[in-house]
Amino acid sequence: MSSPQPTVAPKPIDPRGPRFGAAITSVVLAVILILGPGLPALILLIIQTIAFGLGSLVGLAAQPYGLVYKSLVRPRLNPPSELEDPRPPRFAQTVGLIFALASLISLVAQFAVLFYIAVGFALVAALLNSVFNYCLGCELYLLGRRALGRPLARIVSANPN
Amino acid sequence: MTGLYVAAIAVAVSIAFGLYRALTDGRIRGARRRDGDVRLGAEQLGQELGSSATFVQFSSEVCAPCRTARRLLTDVVKDAPAVAHIEVDAETRLDLVEQLNITRTPTVVLLDEHGVIRHRIVGAPRKPELLDALHEVLTRTAA
Repeated sequence: MSSPQPTVAPKPIDPRGPRFGAAITSVVLAVILILGPGLPALILLIIQTIAFGLGSLVGLAAQPYGLVYKSLVRPRLNPPSELEDPRPPRFAQTVGLIFALASLISLVAQFAVLFYIAVGFALVAALLNSVFNYCLGCELYLLGRRALGRPLARIVSANPN
Repeated sequence: MTGLYVAAIAVAVSIAFGLYRALTDGRIRGARRRDGDVRLGAEQLGQELGSSATFVQFSSEVCAPCRTARRLLTDVVKDAPAVAHIEVDAETRLDLVEQLNITRTPTVVLLDEHGVIRHRIVGAPRKPELLDALHEVLTRTAA
């Protein structure tokens, strides 16, 4: 059976956590855009990049917005009707991290046009995630894999059997 | 001011794209023109086809709706012994992905008894449409 399920599945999570995080991310990114290139935007962008970095490289349990959800929001809600696999939302954090780094580099290098494009795309992805529960990065993932071809896919694959 | 415009455009694009996807995702599409040339079998899929019809589901690890699709299809084939559900990991089967030109997961292709693609469903499938498509393939098989 060629099922993509790995031998050890990671602990499932409350799917509302990443959506809550995406809502905060949307607000932060919109504020960054409206502020425009400058020191205030730079500070917010660094915070956002660290948030994505923790979610992507360390794990969703370390994502600051997820921690806010866990400590402040979740206790006031009913338990989730179902849990979800943490790998898709963690991949979304990685996509966010790539866009945030691109924005950061553009800002520091004073490429205003690139800055607006990168933050704009990140905002679209975050809004789709929070409003429609839709993962843009996950959709582009397979196209990316196809473009990169097989050898790399095998090296990167977290599930090499 | 530029930032405000960019933010407004991003919001408009997100809403338009999100609504478009909400409307079209999981809808049944007929086979593509070149689908008739492809014949899938146990050899490529690693599992026997159903004797009347087969759902082949392309999934990936980063895909949350794939799990919903898996549950739905498992449920649909449960009471239909002649219908099979085969799940394929798109990342490890990029050959099949290229051959069928699968662009995202989940994509479900519905095969008839000969392994010919009759329908494609891109995005999380919807149960009533899934049953309609299956019914159509099964009645055509019987006819």
